[in-house]
Amino acid sequence: MSYKKLTEITELSEKRHIPFWQAVLEEDMIERGVSREDSMSRMEYMYETIKEADENYDPALRSASGLAGGDGGLLEEYRKKHSSLLNDFVLEVMEKAVKMGESNACMRRIVAMPTAGSCGVIPAVLLTYMKHKNPGKDRIIEALYVAGGIGEVIATSASISGAEGGCQAEIGSASAMAAGALAYLEGGGNEEIVHAAALTLKNMLGLTCDPVAGLVEVPCIKRNVAGAVNAVVYSQMAMAGVRSAIEPDEVIDSMNRIGRLLPTCLKETGQEGLAITRSAQKITERLSITDL
Amino acid sequence: MNLFDIIGPVMVGPSSSHTAGAVKIGLAAGKLLGEKVVSAEILLYGSFLATGKGHGTDAALVAGLLGMKMDDENIPKSLEIAKERGLQIKFGKADLKDAHPNSVEMRLVGEHGRKLSIVGESIGGSLINIAKIDGLDANFSGDFPTLIIHNEDQPGHLAEVTGMLARSSINVATMQLYRASRGGEAVMVIECDQEVPEETLEWLQKADGITKVTYFSLKEPEETR
Repeated sequence: MSYKKLTEITELSEKRHIPFWQAVLEEDMIERGVSREDSMSRMEYMYETIKEADENYDPALRSASGLAGGDGGLLEEYRKKHSSLLNDFVLEVMEKAVKMGESNACMRRIVAMPTAGSCGVIPAVLLTYMKHKNPGKDRIIEALYVAGGIGEVIATSASISGAEGGCQAEIGSASAMAAGALAYLEGGGNEEIVHAAALTLKNMLGLTCDPVAGLVEVPCIKRNVAGAVNAVVYSQMAMAGVRSAIEPDEVIDSMNRIGRLLPTCLKETGQEGLAITRSAQKITERLSITDL
Repeated sequence: MNLFDIIGPVMVGPSSSHTAGAVKIGLAAGKLLGEKVVSAEILLYGSFLATGKGHGTDAALVAGLLGMKMDDENIPKSLEIAKERGLQIKFGKADLKDAHPNSVEMRLVGEHGRKLSIVGESIGGSLINIAKIDGLDANFSGDFPTLIIHNEDQPGHLAEVTGMLARSSINVATMQLYRASRGGEAVMVIECDQEVPEETLEWLQKADGITKVTYFSLKEPEETR
């Protein structure tokens, strides 16, 4: 049985004197009837797969629609050649988020975290952290459990589907998951983890899902950057001691209610928002398989 | 839902419903045919038709028919691979009514001449539903070993089938019954907790009043590690 509230994880963690991530691991062992080693090796495989996907990014690839590809290469070049307003860590988070989103659009192998459309957010943050801070692979795998626990609560008590809850449910969820994972990596405990997630998710409430031509490309790929950078910024706030005035579980409940209230035309139906702009219509016409 | 539905699955993009789900439908259709597919008519419907090209739904469905899983990096090349292997593919528009927006009808012919038509739906995430088999309702997820039996709508066939399953020590997880008309063609869709052995399938195939036995096995794992 999945966790329905963040407090269920934190209370179990405190009662048993185990870290947040381990409470998530133990739930997985019970839920799927697997050993600790089985669960952890599967999580390690997820880590290896995102690492490989990032390394295999090809800036020459374009998606079938021609809308996506190459931006990750531009960002990499920019990071290497120009001094910037942002430090290397943040620039690389942006670059990796775009690269993963583009790889997904170009039919490369990725890990849906929690969805394919939001697959760049968590890897961007964790892979960049690994490269710059080198906490060791085990810590990154533990951070993935932290992210997974937060994601499970959101999926159970709200939604991780754009069609059900809008983009807040996809990029918003991924961003909250990444923020909790980062707070953990930075030495945060339960309090910092759940507040990093809450502060992050609050900024993504109400986000609509209105992609052009129904494809996971525009605005999804670039929005992975917003999700990833948002997670970096707000996990830092949580580490500084800033707390969400709204209880973290209540933020998730709000996301659920807002998702229900969002009109259907803004939930992956292509009927409103960016999807019906003139630019979008031209693209849509070009792409439909109507010549069968 | 479990933890690895959140951190996962590993898949080839771009869309869990339009790509990963489509691979699963193709794979399920190929398994249901039970022999090497030599010809496939793939008829798209709804959102599959409107946005399928951009999502690689066409390549994903064919990849599944070729036995690929959702994380196979050859999915984008499946149309070329199909050509090399002599699998004839024809795409078209499906003439379905009130179907799920992500639906596909597949009409398959196998190397020994077996024919099968299915309607598959990609219902969100990478979950699928096989809605119809040979024009009759089916509705199963492909998460269990599933037995689909077409029979004449007469007394006794259900008892015969469940009796045989009991003798083979197979527990029934869920069961659905449909029929085209009273006394006409009927179908049983039986999701099982265990795999159905080959000899049980052969016995069922020969049983009186049973017109077709189709079996979906889980034997090949869904996700490669």
